[in-house]
Amino acid sequence: MTESYLIEVVRVSKSFPGVLALDEVDLRIRPGTVHALMGENGAGKSTLMKIIAGVLAPDTGAIRVNGSSVKFNSPRDALDAGIAMIHQELNLMPHMTVAENIWIRREPLRGMGLLIDHAEMVRMTQHLFRRLNVDLDPDEEVGNLTIANRQIVEIAKAVSFNSDVLIMDEPTSALTEREVMHLFSIIKDLKSHGVGVIYITHKMDEVFSISDEVSILRDGRFIANHVCADIDRDSLIREMVGRNIDELFPKETVSIGEEILLIENLSLRGVFTDVSLALRRGEILGLGGLLGAGRSSVAKALFGVTPATSGRIFVRGRQTIIDSPATALRCGMAFVTEDRKETGCFLSLSVLENMEIAVLHSRYTEWGLVTQNALTAECERLRQALRIKVTHLHECIQNLSGGNQQKVLLGRWLLTDPGILILDEPTRGIDVGAKAEIHRLISTLAAAGVGVILISSEMAELLGMCDRIIVMHEGRMTGTLERSEADQLNIMRLASGERRAN
Amino acid sequence: MDTSNQAASSAKVAGAKRRRKLPTEANIALILLGIALVFEIAGWIVRGESFLLNPDRLLIIILQVSIVGLIAIGVTQVIITGGIDLSSGSVLALSAMVAASLAQDSDNARALFPALTDLPMIVPLMAGLLVGALAGVINGSLIAMTGIPPFIATLGMMVSARGLARAYSNGQPISLLSEHYTWIGSGATPVIIFLGTALIFHVALRHTRYGKFTYAIGANLQAARLSGINVNRHIIVVYSIAGLLAGLAGVISSARVASGQAGMGVGYELDAISAVVIGGTSLTGGVGRIGGTVIGMIILGVMMSGFTFLGVDSVYQEIVKGAIIVTAVGTDMYRQRKRKKV
Repeated sequence: MTESYLIEVVRVSKSFPGVLALDEVDLRIRPGTVHALMGENGAGKSTLMKIIAGVLAPDTGAIRVNGSSVKFNSPRDALDAGIAMIHQELNLMPHMTVAENIWIRREPLRGMGLLIDHAEMVRMTQHLFRRLNVDLDPDEEVGNLTIANRQIVEIAKAVSFNSDVLIMDEPTSALTEREVMHLFSIIKDLKSHGVGVIYITHKMDEVFSISDEVSILRDGRFIANHVCADIDRDSLIREMVGRNIDELFPKETVSIGEEILLIENLSLRGVFTDVSLALRRGEILGLGGLLGAGRSSVAKALFGVTPATSGRIFVRGRQTIIDSPATALRCGMAFVTEDRKETGCFLSLSVLENMEIAVLHSRYTEWGLVTQNALTAECERLRQALRIKVTHLHECIQNLSGGNQQKVLLGRWLLTDPGILILDEPTRGIDVGAKAEIHRLISTLAAAGVGVILISSEMAELLGMCDRIIVMHEGRMTGTLERSEADQLNIMRLASGERRAN
Repeated sequence: MDTSNQAASSAKVAGAKRRRKLPTEANIALILLGIALVFEIAGWIVRGESFLLNPDRLLIIILQVSIVGLIAIGVTQVIITGGIDLSSGSVLALSAMVAASLAQDSDNARALFPALTDLPMIVPLMAGLLVGALAGVINGSLIAMTGIPPFIATLGMMVSARGLARAYSNGQPISLLSEHYTWIGSGATPVIIFLGTALIFHVALRHTRYGKFTYAIGANLQAARLSGINVNRHIIVVYSIAGLLAGLAGVISSARVASGQAGMGVGYELDAISAVVIGGTSLTGGVGRIGGTVIGMIILGVMMSGFTFLGVDSVYQEIVKGAIIVTAVGTDMYRQRKRKKV
């Protein structure tokens, strides 16, 4: 072994029920470098990072830190070995101050070790912030900070452990450009101190501007490792996707019919303003924009989850007040939410019970009793049509992979035979195969005359699937793009607030 | 090779699942059997006679748990929605008082409402049910509309309903009830009502929209709402049913002892919750069955009767009962943790 690595991952595998998340993956991090880790959602990046950070244990394979083999039983072991992780979902306690969050369980003490030395803790925080060139009040409550500043606190906390390896999981997803620049200068400073940074991202620009090396995962397998200077964008994408974009988004051309949904000046105070759109039979209408642009809120208002405060909604030409999901359901709408676990699945119930719940409002009840045999048969038919991988319908939905859970939720709504289907990030966190199947399904539904509203943060998905794309920025529509004129650049421009000339 | 491996492992998972699927109630029944056998053996050793081979004793065991059992059927449904009902014991007392006051004989010189004596049995029965249901509507409305946690809302009802029961007759028991009325509590009638009610709600939970929505709300309230369920209305209905059943238990209690007393049913809510939890219903909601609750109730009955049979002091009975409840909840938590890990 001639070269020295901070951390080496050797042939690590990890499986969950039904999914092989990692298949003999290798990863080597040199000191003083930024190592980008790329791959589609579900490629296994997060699982790999959780293993390195001690959150999960690998099934097989080894992890070496500074050349010696280690076995982490908890995130604390990993921290002790010099590996700190900044989580995608922030792990700060909102009611505690910045300083308390950073030094939790490591508070400086006084009074024979019985009391926390608050002044010293603030001093240590200020010292840390000076080094990182951060301007935050150590006594501020974290709950009062912006998302970006919370992210900075997370990073400062990770740095405070004097770790050799820092893992950042999509750290810029909620940051503005200026904040990203700041983050990059922090990263460069860390690099110069010999720290190795593992940087997970979907953004090509970031890879080429900050990283030294890049490793690519696809479907849980290690695909390649490159020095960034030696590879170009296109080959990187090809390695990530492993197939052409056309295959991934099998959009059928369908004839678009009459208008089924019309929204006029829909507003929800403080969230979104004056959203107007029309949806026609067979059309797939995309809603693009950055996180927090208000797209999901529009969908929730449409479905009556948090009804709009002003504006009008017409369903099939008739003005309708949608005050609850029950009303929306009666209007022939269906809504697959972005958060499968929080608002979609009944995790303790079976696949069948998850699927049948929405259709029970209108069908499959006789003399007060559910006609279970007919309903089960219909669910079984749908299970086969959607190719949901499950041994039988009585399996608990918790044991299914994300992609299969999503198919069950789609099945729940397909049973109700909707005319308007609202999909909020329908393929987030889903493996590539299931993703293609869901895309094919959306196409088929559109071809059968369903009007689809598709919210997606994935540019390729919007471009590949939609007939038209409406882009939002900070609660307002900034433009509408026809399929022929839409491209990555156009969407990004509108999403960052640039208004369309016409 | 890769795929065959995966298929094999998923088949294994499915097998394990199916094996666990069947026994939710069978497991509890086995525990019941185990406890009964322990008493059987102890019976032969300590007293030289059989515990189980005594039809009278078996009937009494079920008779003893019938009243609390009715409450437990309602509480099971409340707990499946992710809630709790602490008011059942007090609601039982209030219903018993109201029902008893309308069931008095005309030859009673000190009837509470002298003008309302010798009424047909249906009047006090319906009055008792109505009082219970009303208390349930109040519980459910408070929880659904104001967001007051179920624990607090029903705790308030527990205290207030008990006070109302005392105020109703100035703390005096209401006695000398008509024979038509006392029939409801006589002989094996309570057992028949208990088991019949259990059967009705077993079917309601497994085979009707009402039941499926109840499970859905407990499993994920947000998702239930997004599936078009009117969650608030449903929660009110569930608590009303629990109140109605507590009211029914009140009618039977008063009929059984031919008197309504404000001190009736103290602590019944806890016995009911214990039986529900022992029966495998999860306190986090979304999981549970009436069958399990019935068996859980019988377990409590067998233990009470068994300890008495062996001559064990009631103080020790309570210690053991407490331990069993904690064990049941502990098992539930363990099961959930295991499920989450997968």
